[in-house]
Amino acid sequence: MKRTTKRSLPALALLAALLSSGLLGTPAQAALGGSVDSVAADSSALRGQLRSTGFVDYDMHQISSGELVVNEYANRAGQVFAITWHGPLPPNLQQLLGTYFPRFQSAAAAAHRANPGIHRMFRLEQSDLIIRQTGHLRAFGGIAYLPALVPSDVSIDQLQ
Amino acid sequence: MKQVHRLFGLLGLVVTLALGGCGGGGNSASSAPTQNSFAGGGNNVVAMTVEPGPASSGNQPFNQPYVSVKFCVPGGSCATISGILVDTGSYGLRVMASVLEQAGVDLPAMPDPVVPGNTIQECLPFADGYAWGKVSSATVSIGGETSSSAVPVQVINDASSPSPAVPPNCSSTNADTALNNVNALGANGILGIGVLVSDCGSYCAQTPAAPSDIYYSCPPSGGSTCTLVSQPVADQVSNPVAYFPTDNNGVILQLPPISSSGAPTASGYLVFGIGTESNNGLANAKVLTTSQGGNFTTTFNGSTLGSSFIDSGSNALFFNDSSLALCGSSAPENEFFCPPSTTKLSATNQGENGTTNPADFSIANLNDISGTSYAIDDTGGPAPSIPGFGPYFDWGLPFFYGRTIYFAIENASAGGTTGPYYAY
Repeated sequence: MKRTTKRSLPALALLAALLSSGLLGTPAQAALGGSVDSVAADSSALRGQLRSTGFVDYDMHQISSGELVVNEYANRAGQVFAITWHGPLPPNLQQLLGTYFPRFQSAAAAAHRANPGIHRMFRLEQSDLIIRQTGHLRAFGGIAYLPALVPSDVSIDQLQ
Repeated sequence: MKQVHRLFGLLGLVVTLALGGCGGGGNSASSAPTQNSFAGGGNNVVAMTVEPGPASSGNQPFNQPYVSVKFCVPGGSCATISGILVDTGSYGLRVMASVLEQAGVDLPAMPDPVVPGNTIQECLPFADGYAWGKVSSATVSIGGETSSSAVPVQVINDASSPSPAVPPNCSSTNADTALNNVNALGANGILGIGVLVSDCGSYCAQTPAAPSDIYYSCPPSGGSTCTLVSQPVADQVSNPVAYFPTDNNGVILQLPPISSSGAPTASGYLVFGIGTESNNGLANAKVLTTSQGGNFTTTFNGSTLGSSFIDSGSNALFFNDSSLALCGSSAPENEFFCPPSTTKLSATNQGENGTTNPADFSIANLNDISGTSYAIDDTGGPAPSIPGFGPYFDWGLPFFYGRTIYFAIENASAGGTTGPYYAY
């Protein structure tokens, strides 16, 4: 994976300015599919440390909250096309999935009704939305992405 | 779409299963010469049976091993609960509130030491759901072993309107599939006896409480009035084996070999302690030490899978192999493999200590297995690829048939090696 030299991130810089000036009263929800400014809202909700890294085709915004790590990926249009997470527990997926959260809920409920018992993994794989989560106690991980927004040169397996 | 006879047959036909689930045949484990035989019993040996379990017909998962556990109010009344799922993929003992109640036992909730009148509650996450309920202290007995002090356990609140109510962040952190009843869970409770002790560790003990914590302090109303709290590791729901006065350094699970066409039930043993009694030595099992998180490395099909684990709570072997056909394209058929004919495969497991141990297995077409078989050896399913989490092989219950597998608890010396480790 090619990494560019450190790029400045105008969107985040602007966001930081807006936040510090108090112009953004209510943090945006819905990072997935939302604009890159929702990353700061997620970071705030997770009380995490936000660190951004530029790559050729996207920017990675890493939110670290102790052992829990959430990576949000924004394409060149400033849209969050993928989110990954790993840590001892799952993050708040309502916060991270936003408008896509109800689809996660209903798919998980349906899968569970069809196959009761404890499950270490979950998959929702539809043409416009992929959500996977796996794990057992103290070791969870997951990914959610929107295939239509993934930059054409990017393979999902490259993400961290 | 091809009908998945196995899956729907299982859900629809179990009423006809009239074989009894008690494993009364007692023909126990076929012990290879180099393995321990537990048929003679012992203070540290309890029967463990793969059977339909306590859920109602249509909700009974296959490949789930159960034991009975005795819960006592410290210094007070006791109840022995059967149908407790033995789960080496989690840590801590959990039981359904309604089942305890029917047995006449009410475990008191752990009080919040900071806010008078509040109790400590837990939102337990699964990959596809959650279980909500109070943290309680119980004296726990399994077979002849009794905890020397009260064990923090979770009493899963399976009332239709739980009190305290489920906080919004609990149901939203996880999918909206409460595993808050026997039929959803397929068990009366979970006995989490993997290689770690507490169910969250330092992550849930940090101050202030982590935003994705699972421990709450709740007034009786609960819901949005609950607040996340930092829960000291010693007060977290924990592996009860670590609380036994002896035989407390780990467990052994042994299941007999079964037919490749499956079996209605399978009867084996859960044994406490490793190298602590005349019956629980390592014999010639190879020790594979794990990471602090309980993972080791599996090499399969040329891939190195560094986040692998052995999990009696998984009802199949879960791994990636794109050459194996799925049973269908949507859940639950896409959760299992259905190759046209049984496929033999092999992998190698390696501990952090460098020790390797081969693991051969087969994957059959799940549709070819009788719906009345609750013990199934040759079944597997795909493991979702998660960037960042790391590739893994989930060695679920099929791995246990015909094996004696040792699970040594973190920081405990067991047979000359300090846990956490797996050995087989």
